[in-house]
Amino acid sequence: MSRAAEGAARVRLASARELGLVSCQVCALVSRAAPAGAASNCPRCGAGLHARRPASLARTWAFLVAAAILYVPANVLPIMESSSLFGAQRDTILSGIAFLWDSGSWLLAALVFFASVMVPLLKMLSLGLLAATAQLGYARRRHQRARLYRMVEFIGRWSMLDIYVVTMLVALVQLGVFASVTAEAGAAAFGAVVVLTMFAAMAFDPRLTWDAASERHG
Amino acid sequence: MTARPLIACRHCDLLQREVPLPAGGVARCRRCDAELYRSHPYSVERTLALTLAAAVLFAIANSFPIVGLEVQGVHNASTLVGAVRSLWDQDRVLVASLVFATTLLFPTLELAAMTYLLAPLRGGRVAPGVPQLLRLLQALKPWGMVEVFMLGVLVSLVKLAHLARVEPGVSLWAFGGVMLLLAAAAASFDAREVWARVGVAR
Repeated sequence: MSRAAEGAARVRLASARELGLVSCQVCALVSRAAPAGAASNCPRCGAGLHARRPASLARTWAFLVAAAILYVPANVLPIMESSSLFGAQRDTILSGIAFLWDSGSWLLAALVFFASVMVPLLKMLSLGLLAATAQLGYARRRHQRARLYRMVEFIGRWSMLDIYVVTMLVALVQLGVFASVTAEAGAAAFGAVVVLTMFAAMAFDPRLTWDAASERHG
Repeated sequence: MTARPLIACRHCDLLQREVPLPAGGVARCRRCDAELYRSHPYSVERTLALTLAAAVLFAIANSFPIVGLEVQGVHNASTLVGAVRSLWDQDRVLVASLVFATTLLFPTLELAAMTYLLAPLRGGRVAPGVPQLLRLLQALKPWGMVEVFMLGVLVSLVKLAHLARVEPGVSLWAFGGVMLLLAAAAASFDAREVWARVGVAR
């Protein structure tokens, strides 16, 4: 082992907070933390400084609960109605996927199913799991939990897919008596679910995952 | 040994010292493996060039219909603004606002802010209000969804191809270009470097 590596191995890993420092969430400058309870601002960019996002867990849970409630109408209510000479048909997210599947576009059906059904569901479950484990001070599988959060953060926006599909169909299929498409209430609920889960991911502070061990058990 | 600047990992708050990187190198947190920062050669010039190119294509993308549709002689085509208006006219105010914000407003703001920020920086000057703009850019970043919109357009094309003749427009290709250029601009933008210059200018 080289001298440098030996030195590194002896250094205890410490978070900025444990050392009385705080990292700016906007410009990443590390500065000395203000005494507990006092508000302070970043000396470089002026953003408010917080060792951890304020009320992170409470806000994460609030957004998650709201998203979970709206997930029901988002899937049960129709997101659009198509009418043509042959009659009218109301489509939910799932029946839209079934249509793609039946018409032979399996790959696309799988893609939309993943983006519209699986991603919001997995995202809510993952964030719930992350928030619960952080709250309980659970110290195991932190590397996996860190990776899970980064995945949730990255993938969440792709759920917006169906909103854009409805938008384009509504815009294009305005052919008088032949065919027309209107957006229905389910689309609004679905859009709200996507936005709320994105807010939930932003409210959750991934650093809480790593605090648990050193500050509650050791 | 001179003290190198401190950096705390955004994802786990581990305090570490910055190390100089080779061109194209990436520094990762030694505890949680999240990316700390990466080297961006010629960041200002590259990002500005990509941003300006994206702005030109974005203007084209919004001036022409994305897709046209024809059924039995009846023809219809729509631009992105037209699509937002259709939703609005159907009283889907929430959905219309969401689409407007994520595909038009936020990308426009992002392109404008980047140009305002980077153009003076080439000459070594820091434009007034840069800290606020960088904050705005950071907040907007997750909400610009041009690439998701592109995928949505493709899915709707496949759905419509079963019912009618679809004609992809100029704007569809332009949007594809915008998507790639925005991704490249985001990848070459170095907020750390800009912050370092703001710090010096003060």
